[in-house]
Amino acid sequence: MEIKVGMADLNVCSGSDSITTLGLGSCVGVVLWDPKSKICGMVHVMLPDSTSIRNNTNTAKFADSGIEELLKRVLAKGAKRQNLVAKIAGGAKMFSIQTKTDLISIGERNIEASKKKLRELNIPLKASDTGETYGRTVTFYPETGEYHIKRVGKELKII
Amino acid sequence: MGDITIGSMSSQYYDVLKEIGNIGAGNATTALATLLQSKIDMGMPEVRLLKFSEIGQLLGGEEQVMAGVYLAIEGDINGSIMFLVKEEVAMHLIRKMLGDMTSDTMGDMEKSALKEISNIITGAYLSAMSSMTNLSIIPSIPDLCIDMAGAILSVPAIEFGQLGDEMLLIQSQIYDTVAIDGFFIMVPDMESYKKILKALGMTV
Repeated sequence: MEIKVGMADLNVCSGSDSITTLGLGSCVGVVLWDPKSKICGMVHVMLPDSTSIRNNTNTAKFADSGIEELLKRVLAKGAKRQNLVAKIAGGAKMFSIQTKTDLISIGERNIEASKKKLRELNIPLKASDTGETYGRTVTFYPETGEYHIKRVGKELKII
Repeated sequence: MGDITIGSMSSQYYDVLKEIGNIGAGNATTALATLLQSKIDMGMPEVRLLKFSEIGQLLGGEEQVMAGVYLAIEGDINGSIMFLVKEEVAMHLIRKMLGDMTSDTMGDMEKSALKEISNIITGAYLSAMSSMTNLSIIPSIPDLCIDMAGAILSVPAIEFGQLGDEMLLIQSQIYDTVAIDGFFIMVPDMESYKKILKALGMTV
């Protein structure tokens, strides 16, 4: 079965199931995986920092609170804290115009914030495919640990 | 500044957007008919408030390849706007504009034609907005991106993400020989929302 994660959303899966998020742009798809128990989870991060925004009840939306919440969920599903590794993808710069709010570099800031949170939580970052200027559909397979990245008009990439 | 959420202001702002949608689409239809030298009809624009989780249901899903033109706005109102059409609709418009000069792939000339078309369409909406509010709105040079709908829409979604978990957009349909389903998304910053409502004599 393929489990779908929407924008600003998270979920977990295990065994022969897979977990996917379609059409990632400047958002980042962060995966936590326990290779021993084959349990994993994915969060679709939109913004870097929950503390800088008043309207922050959706924890899955932010890199800091989203990865923390995801950690809780994979542990609750039976993953072991010390086995966990991470893979991340996304954070593209879809347009190159300058806006006053500077949200155009948001992809980069999402990547940085995700990496920072993983460091804080002591979860090793095993692989990443980030930045660039194209969208990605990402699927993670907890049985093999493969993170598949599909792009328009380009060949499949596996990290 | 008080708390503004998309939900709390939606009823007033909806009506404003609907009116902008009507006038804007009308302006755009006239301008396009002139540019493409063909008869163009327009349907009733719809204002839609979409949860982030529903964005995928828009048109052909997150992986549907679309052409998105994005530009910044400045002046009395700051923010950004986006115009979005399916790739095949974009190609149809380009073919109409360039005639025999078009190849079937999206080259530099096709991209530049599409930017020009988008300029005319976004300009039509912006001038509707500007004349309704008496506020000056200056658009930047547009940037074009052809990619998955989800990836393109993540850009305005992230801007809306600072206010809540929903996105407001105007869906308008114009027809020549085919139906041209276009989406128009305007994201003023929070200060500008207030200015727009105030300019229209609404309480903020």
